[in-house]
Amino acid sequence: MANAEHAQPVLTARAAGLVGCGECGHVYPMGTEACSVCGTELISRDMASLQRVWAWLFAGLVVYVPANVYPMLRTSTLGRTQESTIVGGVFDLIHHGSIGVALIVFVASVVIPVSKFIAIAYLAMRVHKRKPGTSSHFHLYEFVEFIGRWSMIDVFVVAILSALVQLNFVATINPGIAAVSFALSVAFTMISANSFDPKLIWDAPEGKPV
Amino acid sequence: MRMAYHSHMTDSLSDMIACPKCDALHRVPLLDKGAEAKCVRCGTVLMAPRDGAMTRIVMLSLTALILMIAAVFFPFLKLSIQGLGRESSVFDAILAFSDGLMLPLSFAVAALIVVLPMMRFIALIYVFAPMALGWAPARHAKAVYKLAETVRPWAMAEIFIIGVAVALVKVAGLAQVTLGPAFWAFVGLVIVTVLKDNFMCRVTVWQTLNTRSPS
Repeated sequence: MANAEHAQPVLTARAAGLVGCGECGHVYPMGTEACSVCGTELISRDMASLQRVWAWLFAGLVVYVPANVYPMLRTSTLGRTQESTIVGGVFDLIHHGSIGVALIVFVASVVIPVSKFIAIAYLAMRVHKRKPGTSSHFHLYEFVEFIGRWSMIDVFVVAILSALVQLNFVATINPGIAAVSFALSVAFTMISANSFDPKLIWDAPEGKPV
Repeated sequence: MRMAYHSHMTDSLSDMIACPKCDALHRVPLLDKGAEAKCVRCGTVLMAPRDGAMTRIVMLSLTALILMIAAVFFPFLKLSIQGLGRESSVFDAILAFSDGLMLPLSFAVAALIVVLPMMRFIALIYVFAPMALGWAPARHAKAVYKLAETVRPWAMAEIFIIGVAVALVKVAGLAQVTLGPAFWAFVGLVIVTVLKDNFMCRVTVWQTLNTRSPS
């Protein structure tokens, strides 16, 4: 199991005049339409995927704004109602002394979404400029694809709190409208990352889109 | 074990495999059970045949399915504050968004934490059980497996558990929380799911499905 980092000239399926299935890896002559093993449509380099990436990314960015402006939680204790946003909830947790949990929520709801927007935009820009990527760019993509779904934590926290804390006058927690836009933002950016064709990351500058 | 494809194309296409992530061309290696073949360029696991993998996937999926049914209907958490108590199940968490405008979010939460994970378990059992018994794959096994792989990122049971942990810390100051049997069922479910996903290598599964299918 050697180190992957050593630069070795690699023959790609496209350079060999072949097209590889993005689902199961089977190889066909260039121009074959669908994989006979798994039925997936065969596209050597899906340049059109970039349009989907940008569209979903933009949609995710748009709904991320109300997610931060409007309240995520409405807490009523003994007749007093308090509304808190995502960032407000993080400050509440710090105030209660739960630094660790505050950190989890902050990372899941702010750090991951924001760095995801930047990372996907950066990778897509590189492809537009036809800059060949290295394995670190690929690992960045893999990381973004892996981590994105974890942002859903805050939506689940709101769901659980609202289900649990329903004690009439004493204490009640209800979800705020930001929960919806935040969930949408996470879903849209997940679709954006899933749409990205990772093979595009590697291509050399002379590589023409096929 | 790593092998790149350097020589000229003398082999037939079925002896070759292109990395689904970076398009690097490889010769299909002959691997011992338990060995792994990784892409020379990006390190993606290309093939990982394991002894009895299919039986284990079926068993783990079945376990997960049973745990999921328990997790949905048994009490999940119990909150008590000043003599007042409230028990809630996973079902209540799903219904949390059910008033008015947020109803669609209720459906989404139900899908992410219960429906899609269950769909995946059932799909995997359907695909692998006949093959684990040594039979030919069931009808439409390929389409069902493809569906299971598409659903994979959207099945979020393990994220839900972390959400529960965070929620517990948030209410800890406010009230006393008791963990119900469904909570432990859900924890078990997450562990089983992670174990199961570690047994599956997508390219290997496709090759097995392909060689065992009557064409």
